[in-house]
Amino acid sequence: MTRPLISVENLTLRFRTDEGLVTAVNDVSFEIAPGEVLGLVGESGSGKSVTAKSLMMLNAENSVYDERSRITLRVDDREVDVLSLRRPREQMIIRGGAISMIFQEPMASFAPAITIGEQMVEQLLIHSEMTKTEAREISIEMLARVGIPEPAQRFGQYAFEFSGGMRQRAMIAMALSTKPKLLIADEPTTALDVTIQAQVIELMKDLVDEFHMSILFITHDLGVIAQTADRVAVMYLGNLVETGTVRQVINSPAHPYTRGLLNSLPKLDDLDAPLTPVPGDIPSPLDRPSGCVFHTRCPEFIGDVCKRQIPQTTVDSASHEVACHLATQGDSA
Amino acid sequence: MSEVLIAARELSVHFPLRGFLIGERPVVRACEGINLEIEKGHFFGLVGESGSGKTTLGRAMLKAAPISHGEVVYSDSEVTYDLGTLKGPELKDYRKRAQLIFQDPYAALSPRMTVRDIIAEPLEVMGLTSSREETDRRVREIAAMCRLNLEHLRRFPHAFSGGQRQRISIARALVSDPKFIVADESVAALDVSIQADVLNLLNKIQEESGITFLFISHDLSVIAHTCDFVAVMYLGQIVESAPTRKLFAETAHPYTKALLSAIPSLDPDAQSKAQKLEGEIPSPINPPPGCRFNTRCPHARERCRSEVPEWREMSSKHHVACHFAEELG
Amino acid sequence: MTDTAAIEGTDAKLDQKRKEAYFTASQGQLIWTRFKRQRAAMIGATVLVLLILSGIFAPFLTPYDPTIAGRNPDYQNGAPNIPKFWDENGFSFRPFIYSYERYRSIETNFRWVTKVNRDKRRYLVLFPEGDKYTLFGMKFSTHLFGVDKGKIHLFGTDGTGKDIYSRTFHSINTSLAVGTIGVLIAFVLALIIGGVSGYYGGWIDSVLQMITDAVRTVPAIPLFMAIAAFIPATVSSEGRFFIISIILGFIGWPTLARRVRTHLLTERNQEYVLAAQLCGARASHVIRRHLLPSFTSYIIVDLIISFPYMVLSETALSFIGLGLKEPVNSLGVMLQNVTKADVLLNYQWNFIPVIFFIILVLAFVFVGDGLRDAADPYSETSK
Repeated sequence: MTRPLISVENLTLRFRTDEGLVTAVNDVSFEIAPGEVLGLVGESGSGKSVTAKSLMMLNAENSVYDERSRITLRVDDREVDVLSLRRPREQMIIRGGAISMIFQEPMASFAPAITIGEQMVEQLLIHSEMTKTEAREISIEMLARVGIPEPAQRFGQYAFEFSGGMRQRAMIAMALSTKPKLLIADEPTTALDVTIQAQVIELMKDLVDEFHMSILFITHDLGVIAQTADRVAVMYLGNLVETGTVRQVINSPAHPYTRGLLNSLPKLDDLDAPLTPVPGDIPSPLDRPSGCVFHTRCPEFIGDVCKRQIPQTTVDSASHEVACHLATQGDSA
Repeated sequence: MSEVLIAARELSVHFPLRGFLIGERPVVRACEGINLEIEKGHFFGLVGESGSGKTTLGRAMLKAAPISHGEVVYSDSEVTYDLGTLKGPELKDYRKRAQLIFQDPYAALSPRMTVRDIIAEPLEVMGLTSSREETDRRVREIAAMCRLNLEHLRRFPHAFSGGQRQRISIARALVSDPKFIVADESVAALDVSIQADVLNLLNKIQEESGITFLFISHDLSVIAHTCDFVAVMYLGQIVESAPTRKLFAETAHPYTKALLSAIPSLDPDAQSKAQKLEGEIPSPINPPPGCRFNTRCPHARERCRSEVPEWREMSSKHHVACHFAEELG
Repeated sequence: MTDTAAIEGTDAKLDQKRKEAYFTASQGQLIWTRFKRQRAAMIGATVLVLLILSGIFAPFLTPYDPTIAGRNPDYQNGAPNIPKFWDENGFSFRPFIYSYERYRSIETNFRWVTKVNRDKRRYLVLFPEGDKYTLFGMKFSTHLFGVDKGKIHLFGTDGTGKDIYSRTFHSINTSLAVGTIGVLIAFVLALIIGGVSGYYGGWIDSVLQMITDAVRTVPAIPLFMAIAAFIPATVSSEGRFFIISIILGFIGWPTLARRVRTHLLTERNQEYVLAAQLCGARASHVIRRHLLPSFTSYIIVDLIISFPYMVLSETALSFIGLGLKEPVNSLGVMLQNVTKADVLLNYQWNFIPVIFFIILVLAFVFVGDGLRDAADPYSETSK
């Protein structure tokens, strides 16, 4: 049983704002094994991006981590307590070293006035001991590997000369050039056309196999998750409501929110089925419901216990976790 | 008994690019040779990726984009308008009958106006009501239809979530009693669990009032569930159009097939079907010659590179623009 | 909207009221709420209001007429008289100052010397009758304070015996008035030129921008020197005052115009503007209902931030003698006297007005900054 690559335990993150302390992530725990793709699914306000940024300590200065929160990274036979890293030199291992990140909007991630090649080389020079020539060679190799035609020529071009899909590939190339153990992909295909999205997903799956890399894949698109992820974690308003393998969560969802989400999706194999939205609106993070955070919209609301008590996470024999009072009461898992 | 409400014939919309003083100005061929007929009471879907020209086509049908060639003709039980020559009081009248719902619920509502004023604005601008009471009554009527809480009418947009703002947008589009509404990516910016809510609302409105909708989206599964009829666009041209069921059951055009297979399935065990497209979408400034899809089509042959395919009817109401549609079927 | 989970107790009710207020608050109210939270800005605003009021009510607050008519020939270049409560002669509830006499002294080769007589006290009185003045069109002669005999000079006097304290407060009034007129003129010009430029775009925009840039690059001081040289000496000081204000306005509009244009260019592409146009709204409706309100808050910020520049420009001009002249009173005019070494070394109280002006300019800057932060659109929610 291999030790997990990264463990997140009781991660609670609040932001200091004019309106007071706003909870963005509430007591979230999960693990990612080496070579595994974990999908983090949620809508707006779910806290998925904030959780991912915590792994790289990228959250804004007004963020307050709870003292019980721990993020442990296991790499090169040592354990790194991520939240305790303070100095930039220490933080380098999580920023571009063992962990890399790609974002939704690739145009915003590349500096517009520097060529793509220069940025990739800069990344390599920071994280390794190679020379500029070696870095250049490796970068061009990576550009070719992600399917960019004429990589040597593209190396000297600027971000605006690339199309959307190619920019995303270039970003993947840049993120992978340091051979990270964990790639965090924050909505990488949301801004892409669906035919381009299919290409990029294919690419990422190949790379996982080739580099034996883990991916934390953040998205709101359950279809993409079904095709790429091994395991899925579902978040709602800062809480983790369900975790399991992709088949468990999609084929037999245990939490009412997951069920509602899956039901609200238009499915191509049944054009007659009515679209059933999840009732109500997502509450604002300033207005977090008490007890179970989903109770204000839950179609399977069972009464006071949902309003008053935060549900415990129950795990069944197949490691399918869910945080719901229905499950605690001995019903289906 | 089908009546065509609005039809485009050989419609082209070109945008000249600014900034070139000498030589020929490059032109963005946003729409080229569009032939489209939308029947009354239909929920018509227009699907395409970026650069397909779907937004431009929608705007052209509202006379919010210039018509460079061809024509768009609107015809309801009262009037008939040729949008190319429409101006003056007739244009004002058309504006009552044809409205637009925007994509971005955050940008489409003026942050300085109360919800009541936002919904009332078309009434005031078009002079459709004669007194404040009448305006208020109409606003409340429409707000109730869109399931907006009447107490919220005096609030400002910043008080509402994305889904609610979109409903306000819809209310604003409905208030002038239009016959034709273009919904441009109206659910794309919403959370998934809310999308279904807004789509259901649109369908309900359509059933109750008989308004004809042109629903533009990049999401084929959303279109499949809500629309009676679908047209697929690629790089400024319509490549296939058919009633929804037929499009999915008897897909003819290679691009439509690729689009369908690119949608990630919710079944983790589904085998990834063939037809992954290679290459990037070309630029609409310099589209490929012949069939515009030939650079990425897995079945492209010589004829595709030189000859523009004809827009023809394959079977009842099923049109396609491909030289080899029957063979590939 | 979701209902809050546990609605019991007044706490939740207050919460609801607060939330409802937030939901029904217009942009203006939201900006004001955000502004109030910034301490520096609120302090600046309070100071600003106090200074403006003291400028308006200067004739009442100060004991003497700031012009030659109110000078004290017996106490020229006199040090500030600080009221005291206690000295070697005993304690007194009423604050007092010393009396002084002027005589020609042998030691200084028969130049005038002022001697302070510590035995003869002059007591402070409240609301004495003094020099007449006009305020809001009505004549008064009561001042806030004075002394029973002679004159009191809290900030001392200048070379001709004019009371610096009185002049300071009157000068605030003058500078603010010049600034206001200048800013108003600049604003009107900026609105017209920037507005046309931003709304129509295209070649109109290009041409107007070229003109704006040309005016912007003109160096201010030489231009002023040229224009000031043309103002005939026969023009009254009030007339001069207006001409200077107008000139300042004409020089100040390019920056404001550029801002107006930028605001308009952004706003006119907003989707809600397109929505209005798709209803057939005419340009006037769009401008009135959507465009103008959208940048009112920014323009107010711009106006407030332009103020200090106007004030400082006028000061600089008057200082070098090109702006206002006696008897019109402004900081620049007062500073005309301080370039002499004599003054710098011996009569430092002539610089006290400078402190007031620094405070005034800083107050404007803090308020402007605070307003700009409060009006910042990026602090509004996006998704």
